Amino acid sequence: MGSPIKPGRYFLSGNIASAEAAILAGCRFYAGYPITPSSDLMEHLARRFPQVGGILVQMEDEIGSIAAAIGAAWTGAKAMTATSGPGLSLMAENIGFAAMTETPLVIVDVMRGGPSTGQPTIASQGDVMQARWGSHGDYEIIALSPNSVQEYFDLTIKAFNLAEEYRVPVLVLSDAEIAHMVESIVVPEDVEVVYRETYPAGVRVPRPFEAKCDDCVPPFPVFGRGNKVHVTGLTHDERGYPDTVSPETHSRLVWRLVNKIRKNADRIADVEVLNPDADVLIVSYGIASRSVYAAVKAGRAGLFRPRVLWPFPERRFAEVVEGKKVAVVEMNTGQYFYEVERLALKHGAESVHLMPRLGGAHPKPREVVDFVGGLGGGA
Amino acid sequence: MEFFEFYRRERWPTIFCPGCGIGIVMNALYRALDELNVDLDKVVFVSGIGCTGRVPGYINADSLHTTHGRPLAYATGIKLANPDLDVVVISGDGDLGAIGGNHLIHAARRNVDMTVIAVTNFIYGLTGGQVSPTTPHKMLSTTTPYGNWEYPFSLALLVAASGANYVARWTTSHPYQLKNAIKEAFETPGFSFVEVLSQCPENFGRRNRIADPPTLMRWMRERTMPLKDVMEEVSSPLELVDLNITGRFAIGKFVRRKRKTHGQLLRGEEDSLESLRG
Ligand SMILES: Cc1ncc(C[n+]2csc(CCOP(=O)(O)OP(=O)(O)O)c2C)c(N)n1
Ligand code: SF4
Ligand SMILES: [Mg+2]
Repeated sequence: MGSPIKPGRYFLSGNIASAEAAILAGCRFYAGYPITPSSDLMEHLARRFPQVGGILVQMEDEIGSIAAAIGAAWTGAKAMTATSGPGLSLMAENIGFAAMTETPLVIVDVMRGGPSTGQPTIASQGDVMQARWGSHGDYEIIALSPNSVQEYFDLTIKAFNLAEEYRVPVLVLSDAEIAHMVESIVVPEDVEVVYRETYPAGVRVPRPFEAKCDDCVPPFPVFGRGNKVHVTGLTHDERGYPDTVSPETHSRLVWRLVNKIRKNADRIADVEVLNPDADVLIVSYGIASRSVYAAVKAGRAGLFRPRVLWPFPERRFAEVVEGKKVAVVEMNTGQYFYEVERLALKHGAESVHLMPRLGGAHPKPREVVDFVGGLGGGA
Repeated sequence: MEFFEFYRRERWPTIFCPGCGIGIVMNALYRALDELNVDLDKVVFVSGIGCTGRVPGYINADSLHTTHGRPLAYATGIKLANPDLDVVVISGDGDLGAIGGNHLIHAARRNVDMTVIAVTNFIYGLTGGQVSPTTPHKMLSTTTPYGNWEYPFSLALLVAASGANYVARWTTSHPYQLKNAIKEAFETPGFSFVEVLSQCPENFGRRNRIADPPTLMRWMRERTMPLKDVMEEVSSPLELVDLNITGRFAIGKFVRRKRKTHGQLLRGEEDSLESLRG
């Protein structure tokens, strides 16, 4: 039997690094359906899983893929699927199911140009809102955004840890470029790996969905251990039984699902902040943010770069945004901008501006410098 | 196993309408697992959405009430991730045959080791009586108020053709055969499929003026023909498809074969042509 990747320095592409990170984080179940630019992640796991005791199945579509991953998760496995925009659209309903049933799950979405089949091989950041709001109803997920192969590796591990801790679907939003660029990364000696809290075997759990507080996460009853849990996507009470008409039961459940993430947003937050004293504050993330460092290094702007996009790191943002001209640099028509603008103005920013790029065209470092200059950001 | 060892007492009574066939199916399932002395702690019951989809919620075991059409994909993940568990899926004809049809074909093709009970009540029961892929030609539903102008198909034939190791079809007026079929299905390694023609007096019967449950059961029973009798009359099993279209239902055991299961194949076991014919 082989082993997870050993500590050391490697030269890897993003999707391979993410796949290796999944193994290191304890993932042993993968169900997926091929789609560019995510397929090589699955192909790598297809080679690696048999060596480490993992199980991989290529399902008939993305709906079946996420469904199989959720089913596996209820047997106690750390489960994962990877896809791109069209597949994420198909997964939408079952993402809501995972949120409603508090199933730990990791979804890697390698973003490409949309809508529809769009630009299959070209990077975009067009799924930022779909990741947040793609399923119906009120719920919260966690979404992470790497801007290098190293971060893709680190954040994939973090995604599993957060999924286990909060019992929630966690998305890793990479893109066609982060996925396929090859960079040097370091696999550290000590990697923190979190496992969900479970109920003991052989004990019937009469109230498996009862949490210690109204924004807490209950322990996980694993199928096959005699906990006898009923899991349903219907609104359910603490026993797990459907109660589909009571406003109290629905509110209590949905507020807990939402608040276990919202109220812990500060703990979940992970932001890179540079030059916070500059007049102009650039908000950027993922691949787009790679072009922003030139302006930041030239001292023309500060940077606020969330590695956790959702929940939005509001407290950290509030600390640095007051009185600033805020510039959002992203590769879509301005999706994260919606939330940035709302919160920037709420927390006293002077103005909020958007530098969008579409079609795989990068914001070039020079263009960012000029854009910031246009806002009065000077060296 | 006592009745209330199998069922969650605190969830009684069920949501099912008086005279609904789902109760008979549940009872057959209970008796089959009781006679097999099954350890309920090692069985996971999975369903999709529909009246039938509510069944697992009444059983005193681990159960997963999934999304509409997807129970077989969820169940595939459960079985792959923990092969020590027995997986029983129970869901409606619309769930398994329409929105979930692709998962049905592929779960049968993979021969995933699980037992599937399909409750074919010829209608979408839960949502109030819309046409389903099994509604007989010309019969009434809320979305075919002038009669179903399309042809239905037979889930049992579809699944047999897709590669399942066991397929049988009975009606709710064959409770004894049904129980035995569920036992045989449960004991057969690989994908096992028991289709039960079941009465929905509320949404299929009433609209077609056969609302009285015993009359509706008689209506179904009169339209059934034992598979072995049918096979003497037809030149090819494909003619069974036409039989279904004309509102006649072959019942009995369709196949029992010994193909390697999904799990066995994963572990590298292989079939020979002889064993496949076996
Ligand atoms: C994605 C989705 N589409 C539609 C529905 C609405 N819906 C719920 S049950 C059902 C059909 C149920 O029919 P069947 O599967 O035959 O089960 P029965 O109620 O007859 O047992 C439909 C269309 C849904 N819940 N989800
Ligand atoms: S609507 Fe039909 S299938 Fe549903 S519970 Fe009533 S009788 Fe049974
Ligand atoms: Mg039905």
